[in-house]
Amino acid sequence: MTASPQPSSPSPGAAGAVTEIHGRGLPLRGHDIDTDRIMPARFLVAVSFEGLERHLFEDDRQADARHPFNDPRFTGASILVVNANFGCGSSREHAPQGLGRAGIRAVVGESFSEIFQGNAAMLGMPCFVASHADVERLQTLIETAPQTSISADVASGTITAGTLAFAATLPPALRDGFLSGQWNPTAMLLANFDEVRAVAARLPYIRGF
Amino acid sequence: MADTLFHKVWNAHAVRTLPSGQTQLFVGLHLVHEVTTPQAFDMLRQHGWRVAFPERTFATVDHIVPTRSQQRPFVDLMAEEMTSALERNCRDAGIRLWAPDNENQGIVHVIGPELGLTQPGMTIACGDSHTSTHGALGAIAFGIGTSQVRDVLASQCLALDPLKVRRIDVNGTLGRGVYAKDVILTIIRRLGVQGGVGYAYEYGGSTLEAMTVDERMTICNMSIEGGARVGYVNPDDTTFAFLRGRPFAPSGDAFDRAVAWWRQIASDANASYGDRVSFDASAIEPTVTWGINPGQSVAVSEPIAAEPNDEALAFMGFRPGARVQGTRIDVAFIGSCTNGRLSDLEEAARIVRGHRVAPHVKALIVPGSRAVRREAEARGLHEIFIDAGFEWRGAGCSMCLGMNPDRLEGNQISASSSNRNFKGRQGSPTGRTLLMSPAMVAAAAIAGEVVDVREILEGVPA
Repeated sequence: MTASPQPSSPSPGAAGAVTEIHGRGLPLRGHDIDTDRIMPARFLVAVSFEGLERHLFEDDRQADARHPFNDPRFTGASILVVNANFGCGSSREHAPQGLGRAGIRAVVGESFSEIFQGNAAMLGMPCFVASHADVERLQTLIETAPQTSISADVASGTITAGTLAFAATLPPALRDGFLSGQWNPTAMLLANFDEVRAVAARLPYIRGF
Repeated sequence: MADTLFHKVWNAHAVRTLPSGQTQLFVGLHLVHEVTTPQAFDMLRQHGWRVAFPERTFATVDHIVPTRSQQRPFVDLMAEEMTSALERNCRDAGIRLWAPDNENQGIVHVIGPELGLTQPGMTIACGDSHTSTHGALGAIAFGIGTSQVRDVLASQCLALDPLKVRRIDVNGTLGRGVYAKDVILTIIRRLGVQGGVGYAYEYGGSTLEAMTVDERMTICNMSIEGGARVGYVNPDDTTFAFLRGRPFAPSGDAFDRAVAWWRQIASDANASYGDRVSFDASAIEPTVTWGINPGQSVAVSEPIAAEPNDEALAFMGFRPGARVQGTRIDVAFIGSCTNGRLSDLEEAARIVRGHRVAPHVKALIVPGSRAVRREAEARGLHEIFIDAGFEWRGAGCSMCLGMNPDRLEGNQISASSSNRNFKGRQGSPTGRTLLMSPAMVAAAAIAGEVVDVREILEGVPA
């Protein structure tokens, strides 16, 4: 009996460790920005994630010419800075996929929806949680000096930008996954298939009660 | 040791602790639909992986199906391609699929319980945030993203951190015209749209105990709108009676053995919780949202409490201190995984009977499944709706979200029995959504504006 149901294959998480993210920032102010706003539903009518970056915040950008994602000062930014409950609502991975494809490598915010933070982690994109005051200071700094180089350190959780430095957190399991390069768990989940079968075989509803 | 259902189910499904510290959790039932899975099947193919437990995986088509005509091929070619891709993926993997023309097709969260697939004590996953619905039967059900769908297809497992459990007690009797939808909107209003992050919500108390499984589904469905990924109600005699005789539920002696296990898996009376809150049912009124998230709601007769510069007020076109009651509506939508079940249509029909939809209102009834539609027709509900001027549609997610032809236009205002009032949610970037119970939507459709359903019910026999 084989341990795994699957032919051997390199881990899809072998893309490597995520230890530090450097780059310019993009400040996006507002609480409770849901995934319908990040990626409107009509762009989910597709069989692949390709091209989603073109539709990021499409309706918000149409409604507001000064939307940060329209602002050429922030073109090429790789660290998105948001407020509370970012990514609430729909579980659509299309939201972090669109951000990642637009060049965003990490998000710093006051708080995140659980599903969004998990989906982003599956793409190797850490969502750092920091205090309201620190997030506001960072947003203001980027708005004033968009060229400021920001660095986010996964191990320590330290966010540094110019003279600003503050502590942020990641859920420990996600942090360790980024550091070890195991942020994509499929290989780990496939490593012990006999145990999976054993658990299934014990469940009353699988045994037929 | 006394424990909660959440922890008992978690422990029964835990395979091992992963090196990351997360738990590898076995998924007892994986539900699949057309929108969040084609990329996951592609990833499996890239790695040469098979679906590990096709017999624990079930699929249907709901988000993108047109509800006016479900004739194939669909007019929207991409919707057709997504449906064909799911058909191909399910055929190749040996996954049972209820395609658009199948009698069991419907919204994934409606058909799971309807077919008896959803059972107490299960872990359930689906690439949709409203998977929390299934908790109404005492399951632990997670909404997941597409990469996690890939993981469940390949391994039947998820890597997860455990949640704390918040016990939410609702005690007392709901007034006439006050429904499960009003209860959950009130809970979210008090606890906030983010209050449930890190928690599973366990709903209980005399009000929940007196509710049908349908009503419990409305409550659990919107747990995610309060930030809680998981919501559930402990299984009881109401749950067991609901399940008996359903196609995928155990039968004969196995049903009795199942009931014995289901009783054991419920939270113990003296279980301890990470947090406890309680609500008085008699204080809950018919509730409507006024803003752009489901926590922004008020009792229908109450003035809107918001800061004058709130962007939600500007988007919705309300003045601070205004009332939602009296707001002229353009569209009335009854359907969705929140409120598209037979009991929802029955209650709406009681209100509609003998009335006409206001001439300026476009009104839709979209059954949550083909079975709901069939049963409603067997009871003659469709005639009541059609006579009143409602459109009687085929099953699907419809106007809950802008992924099919049913969409708001411009800045139309919709009275909707669905679950999200986000900007653009109903398919028009400037469209405006007022969430409320199906009975309140029915009443608004007739009046042409938001009204207090209790006034209409005065003339309806109890």
